[in-house]
Amino acid sequence: MTTTLDRLRNGQTATVTALDVDGAERRRLMDLGVLPGTPIRVDRVSPLGDPTAYLVRGSVIALRRHQARGIHITVGQG
Amino acid sequence: MPHTELPTPSVNPAPPTDPVCGTCALNHASQLLSLGVDVSGHDHVVALAGNPNTGKSTVFNALTGLRQHVGNWPGKTVIGAEGGFGYRDRRYKLVDLPGTYSLLSTSEDEDVARDFLVFGRPDVTVVVVDATRLQRNLNLVLQILQITDRVVLALNLVDEARRHGLSVDERHLARELGVPVVPMAARSRQGVPDLLETVERVALGTIATRARPVHHGDVRTERAVSELAHRIQREYPELTNTRWIALRLLEGDPGIERAVTDGTLGRLAAPAASTESFTDRSGKTHS
Amino acid sequence: MNQPSIIDEATRLRGQLPDGFRDGIVESLHNDAARIAETSVTEHGEGGRPTLDRLLDGALTHRVWGFAVMGLLFFAVFWFTISGAAGPSGLLSRLLVDYGHGQLHALVAPLHAPQWVTGLLLDGVYLSTAWVVAVMLPPMAIFFPLFTLLEDFGYLPRVAFNLDRLFAKAGAHGKQSLSMMMGYGCNAAGVTATRIIDSRRERLIAIVTNNFSICNGRWPTLILMGTIFIGALAPPALAGVVAAASVVTVAFLGVLVTLLVSWGLSRTVLRGHSSTYSLELPPYRPPKVWRTLYTSLIDRTLKVLRRAVVMAAPAGALVWTISNVTVADASIAAHLVNALDPLGWLLGLNGVILLAYLVAIPANEIIIPTILMLTLTLGPNLFGAQQGVMLELGTAQTHTVLVQAGGWTLLTAVNLMLFSLLHNPCSTTILTIWSETRSLKWTAVATLLPIALGFLVTGTTATVARLAGWA
Ligand SMILES: Nc1nc2c(ncn2[C@@H]2O[C@H](COP(=O)(O)OP(=O)(O)OP(=O)(O)O)[C@@H](O)[C@H]2O)c(=O)[nH]1
Ligand SMILES: [Mg+2]
Repeated sequence: MTTTLDRLRNGQTATVTALDVDGAERRRLMDLGVLPGTPIRVDRVSPLGDPTAYLVRGSVIALRRHQARGIHITVGQG
Repeated sequence: MPHTELPTPSVNPAPPTDPVCGTCALNHASQLLSLGVDVSGHDHVVALAGNPNTGKSTVFNALTGLRQHVGNWPGKTVIGAEGGFGYRDRRYKLVDLPGTYSLLSTSEDEDVARDFLVFGRPDVTVVVVDATRLQRNLNLVLQILQITDRVVLALNLVDEARRHGLSVDERHLARELGVPVVPMAARSRQGVPDLLETVERVALGTIATRARPVHHGDVRTERAVSELAHRIQREYPELTNTRWIALRLLEGDPGIERAVTDGTLGRLAAPAASTESFTDRSGKTHS
Repeated sequence: MNQPSIIDEATRLRGQLPDGFRDGIVESLHNDAARIAETSVTEHGEGGRPTLDRLLDGALTHRVWGFAVMGLLFFAVFWFTISGAAGPSGLLSRLLVDYGHGQLHALVAPLHAPQWVTGLLLDGVYLSTAWVVAVMLPPMAIFFPLFTLLEDFGYLPRVAFNLDRLFAKAGAHGKQSLSMMMGYGCNAAGVTATRIIDSRRERLIAIVTNNFSICNGRWPTLILMGTIFIGALAPPALAGVVAAASVVTVAFLGVLVTLLVSWGLSRTVLRGHSSTYSLELPPYRPPKVWRTLYTSLIDRTLKVLRRAVVMAAPAGALVWTISNVTVADASIAAHLVNALDPLGWLLGLNGVILLAYLVAIPANEIIIPTILMLTLTLGPNLFGAQQGVMLELGTAQTHTVLVQAGGWTLLTAVNLMLFSLLHNPCSTTILTIWSETRSLKWTAVATLLPIALGFLVTGTTATVARLAGWA
């Protein structure tokens, strides 16, 4: 199933398929290791509902929802 | 091999003119002489680079005896700090750089790190990596290796890696990267003697480092890089990292473009490029 | 030179490359890194994040408990600080102020130095310095190590994580909470720390609001006021708790003001969208307790103390001088205080406090000693003190002095706490703001906005309190 990262539920694992953001923001995400093919999972959600912390390549990285919306993923065989 | 924790030394061999150096210490076990802020008459410049929160400032403090701010969150160091240390009969200037995830620089603190590695031309670059997040850290290491191959990899936080059930084959890593790898637990000073020894040998050129070449997937990109690199090499025969500069120019990196147009690159290429002081260049001294 | 420049050449070559070539470069690096990492690392055990980290995060970033724990932790830090510092502070003040000052006078008496010399040096410089040490050293020696332990443990990024939504709503950068954290030590450091923020708009917001993080120099004022005026209202058993709660409340107000001002700025002069946010949550690291205690004592406590002492000495001399140089049958200090008194009254403060804030522009650390010295000099002479002599007093007597000689009320104390949060940054911070922004306009905004807010807030509380008949 393909969707965007902000839809991923707590504890679910997915694989990044595409980044729908540009410029510095795209760079930053790629530097952190968020690229097509990267497995990613929700580690926890902030008490106020946003941001969400994701487990990517062994680190825990918090992203705000509007950013997560720009990251396309497939959920499933994770 | 595990080293026992060294006691806080009591001797103070620092020149009496230096009031700041309260913990300058002669460390007999490792022949380390912490010089505090005294960087006068140094023979070599050593830079500390790496991802945020990997222990660069901890290493810096262990070698210089200074007390840069350390703490468990990324982004503490935003301005480079300088300190000095002596090892055997040589004096070194050590520069603690802000942590960066990559050298593609989007913020001012990352600029500081990149500019120093590219334009400050340290004699040795110690890349401090987090052994528990090796993959992401290596991404930066590979970028640095494109700029310089006078690199020592300080594989820090091995104590934490052990606790998390990870072990790293440092010999394999060294072979893959073409540079020496020193396992460390900087907070308890483990690995400091090995690091000093290795830094000295890279500084003196007694270890030949040969960074693995990085190829860029796409053949077209690869061809464009080589072509531009040749063009740069013709104009600046002394430059060693033309491939990297070519790559950055292809990507339209404004910092590097500026360096080409305003002549900074030309000065770099000059054989006896003066190694200006880091703090002078950035126009600010650290507080 | 007819050949195209290197830049032109690069532009030409770039034109021949496919659109996504930048991504290709980054991807190839990551793939290489992944392959090398995979072949070098062996994982024993199940992998993923360690269970302990997950459990801790479960509690510290929990929907309900997260905030409760946050409040409780900060409260505990202040409570320890306040209740732990009282004893040592009293002891130091008896030693340095009561005993030391008398001894010094006795020591120099045979020299028959002119009175203004002993006055300036012993009653001005020595006493104010001794006071700063007695009042500041014990709380700082407790507060900084505790705070550093939290920092080393990895708690601060969790606070940033918990609060981020509020910052996002205020149009601020996610990393503003980190520069804010630095500000709790020193605002100048906090302003420099805003370099981690890429966008100029959000960086300016972070710079302007950094002053609402209470810095080293201001904690002692809050702790003292909380202890002698607010804690004293409660039954003795609860005094420490109430005092700590009052300090936490002011710190919390600081966060609130930060959010409100950020919101206001991002709706008006610094309009724009909040940019990328990525905050790494580091693993929890058991701190090396003894080393932390040792280094934070050496680094932070003594550094702050040194600055305070360095500033206190000249300030002491200055206060002594303006209190003793008479122009038209009153001291300069008296003229200044009289001139400032009406404004002070409006703000629920007094002329002495405002004059002290003028003297203390270089360093907030010396507010309290300056206030005491001026109050003793200018108030009704209850203690038989000479002009400009800061009387030998411990924390316990401070209350008496301020109430009896200075005419202080609860309103004065509360408003001093508020004013301590909301006033201009110290001169070091102002200079740092200038050197970071290179903009006169923003330096002025960052300097004047907090003090305008301070006038507004204290003026309002004073008016409300008076109308309600509380003061
Ligand atoms: N367990 C363990 N912790 C370490 C070690 N080295 C450093 N640390 C801790 O890791 C954290 C980060 O250390 P720093 O030296 O501040 O890291 P840095 O690389 O300078 O960080 P930035 O300046 O933010 O880029 C601190 O809490 C250190 O105490 C180590 O060898 N073992
Ligand atoms: Mg650092």
